Amino acid sequence: MVAYSGLVSGVDFSANVAAEAKFFSQSASGSDQLNDNLTVSLEPQWSGDWGDGDDSWSTKLFLRADNKDSERNHFDLREFYWLHLNGDSEFRLGINTLFWGVTESQHLVDVVNQIDQVEGIDGEDKLGQPMIQFKHYEDWGVVDLLLLPGFRERTFQSINGRPRTPLLVDTNAVQYQSSEGQSHIDYAFRYSQTIDELDLGLTWFKGTNREPILSSAVNSNGQAVLIPTYNQMTQLGLDLQVIIEDWTWKLELIHRETNADSFEASTVGFEYTFYRLLNSDIDVGTLVEYSYDNRSLSKRGVFDRDLLLGARLAFNDSQSTNMLIGIVIDTEKRSQTFKIEGNRRLNDNWKGTIEVQTFSKIDGNDVLASFSRDDYLLLELTRYF
Amino acid sequence: MLNFKADLKVMGLPFTLVALITLSLVPLAQAQTPAEKGLEIANAAQAFDEGFTDFTADMNMILKTQKGDTSTRMIRIKTLEVENDGDKSLSIFDEPADVKGTAMLTYTHGLEPDDQWLFLPALKKVKRINSRNKSGPFMGSTFAFEDLGSQEVEKYRYQYLTEETCGDWNCYVVERKPAYKKSGYTKQIAWIDTEAYRLVKIEFYDRKKSLLKTLESSEFKIYVGKHWRPAVMNMVNHQNGKSTLLEWSNYQFKTGLSDRDFRAESLKRLK
Repeated sequence: MVAYSGLVSGVDFSANVAAEAKFFSQSASGSDQLNDNLTVSLEPQWSGDWGDGDDSWSTKLFLRADNKDSERNHFDLREFYWLHLNGDSEFRLGINTLFWGVTESQHLVDVVNQIDQVEGIDGEDKLGQPMIQFKHYEDWGVVDLLLLPGFRERTFQSINGRPRTPLLVDTNAVQYQSSEGQSHIDYAFRYSQTIDELDLGLTWFKGTNREPILSSAVNSNGQAVLIPTYNQMTQLGLDLQVIIEDWTWKLELIHRETNADSFEASTVGFEYTFYRLLNSDIDVGTLVEYSYDNRSLSKRGVFDRDLLLGARLAFNDSQSTNMLIGIVIDTEKRSQTFKIEGNRRLNDNWKGTIEVQTFSKIDGNDVLASFSRDDYLLLELTRYF
Repeated sequence: MLNFKADLKVMGLPFTLVALITLSLVPLAQAQTPAEKGLEIANAAQAFDEGFTDFTADMNMILKTQKGDTSTRMIRIKTLEVENDGDKSLSIFDEPADVKGTAMLTYTHGLEPDDQWLFLPALKKVKRINSRNKSGPFMGSTFAFEDLGSQEVEKYRYQYLTEETCGDWNCYVVERKPAYKKSGYTKQIAWIDTEAYRLVKIEFYDRKKSLLKTLESSEFKIYVGKHWRPAVMNMVNHQNGKSTLLEWSNYQFKTGLSDRDFRAESLKRLK
C-alpha cells in the first residue's frame, strides 16, 4: 500500500464556468437568426502522473449550453491523452490540441486541429484531435511526428446562429474527396529550432484539409444550403520569429496543394512595444501584419490582401488588465472589421471579459458579406475553480 | 591582480620584470579605489554562492495596496546554475486561478538580453517574448522583472561606500549602477553582510534619481551548508505606497535538474 501510494500521485483538478452575454446592434439579416443571447460554458480539467513523473495523463472537457443555437449547444473532448517521457523523447497517445505558428491575424501553419467555429469566427477555438505523437529533442532541433487517425468536421452554427454563413451549412450532407471519408489517416511533421533570437518551424502535413469548400446546393428537404466538401491536401509551412532590438518580426508562409488548386499564402508583420508609456506602468505594443494569398479571387480565404493594425495594452496592474484593439482592412475590397478585446481579473476567482466586433464597408462579394449586420458586444464573466 | 600576473607570465616576460611590476602594484592594491572594492565585494558574493547546481522553491507573492487590500500569487520556481552565463529559471503559476498553468522560462545572460518564453495554457501556445525592457512590474507587484532575474556581477558598475551595522550583522554598503540597457533605475544602494554576503537591503532610485523602492530580506536560512536564502522579502514602493511580500518555502537544492527541464518546447507538458 505504501509503495503504491508513493507511485501514484494525486489527481490535479481545475475548472472554469463562464456566462457569456452577446448583444447585437442591429436586427439579424436572416429572420431565423437569434438576436441577444445568453449562454454558459464549462471547462473542467483533470491530470495526474505516476512513476517518477515519466508517465502522465490529461483530460480536458469543454461544454456549452446554448438555448437558441442548437449547434452551439455542444461538448468536446479537448484533451484525453497518455504521455510517456523517455530521456530526450516524448510519446503521446490520445486526443490533444496543438498550436503552431506565430502571427496574430490568422494561423496558416496551424492545420492539425479542426476549428470549433461555433465558438468564434476568429479560429482560436479548436476541437480535440486524436493523435499518436512522437517528439524528440536534439541540439540541432526538435522533431515532431504525428499520426492523425479520425478526422473532425468543422462545426457550423445552426440556422438560428449568429453570426453565420448566408445559408445553413448542412453538415449531414458532408462530402469527402477520399473514399475513406472521416477514417482517412493523416500525417504531420514539424521541425523547430531556436538560434539565438530566431525561432523557426518547418511543417509538413498530408491528409484531409481541415478547411472545407462550401458549395450551394439543395438538400433532401428541398432547402437551399451549403454543403461542406473536405478535399485532400499536402501543405508545407514555415514559421519564423526574430527579435531585433525592440522589434519582433514574424512570418508564416505556406504552400498548399489540393486537387482544386495549388497556391501560396503568407502573413508577415511585426510588433513594437512602447514600454511604460509616459512613465506609467502601461506597456503599449503596436502590431502590424499583412496577409497575402495568391489564389484567383473566387477561391481566396478571408485574409487575402488584408492589413491588420493593432495595439496591445498591458496595464501591468494587480488585476492584469489588458486590451487588444485591432482593425483588419481588406486593401482590395475595402471591407473593415474592428475588434476590441479586454479582460480584467475581478478577484482571486473571477475574471471579466469584454469584446466588441464591428463589420463595416463590407462588399457584397466579400466572404464576410453575411456578417454585415452582426456588430456585437460580448460580456463574459468567468469563475475559476 | 592575479590575472594580470598570469597574463604577464604567458607573455614570457622575465621573472624579475614581473617581480618589479608586482612590487609596484602593491601600494596600489592598498589604496584600492571605491570602484575596485565594490567590484571585489560583488565578485566575492558571487563566488560565495557558486556551486548551488540547482534549486526548487515555492514562492507566495502577496500584493498590498496603500489601502491595505491584498491579493496573492503562488508560483513554483526552478533554477539551474549555468557556468559562465546567467542561470536558467522556470516559474510555474498556481494562483490566481485564471493564470494557473502559465509558465515562464528565462535564460538569463549578463549584459546580453535574456531569452524568455511564456506558455499560455488556454491556447496551448509557447510564445517567445522580447525581454529587452525589464523595468515593468512583475504580475502587478512592486517587483520589476529586472529585480527578480539572476544578479550577474557584470550587470552593474560598483562603488563601495562604507561599512555599517545592519541589524545583527555588519554590512558593506555598495552603490551599483545598471550596466545593462533599459533599466528603470539610475542606481541601487545595496547592504551586503560582511560574513556571508547576504543581500540584506537594496534601495532603488528611479530615472529621476529619487528613491523609488526599498527591498528588505530577512529570516535567512542556510541550505546544504553553504547557500543562504531569505524566507521573507518585502519590497515597498515609496512613491505609490504599494508593497509586495515574498514568502519563500520548501527550498530544495541539488535536486538533479538538467537542461532537459528548461526547454521551451517542454513548457507544453508542464504540470
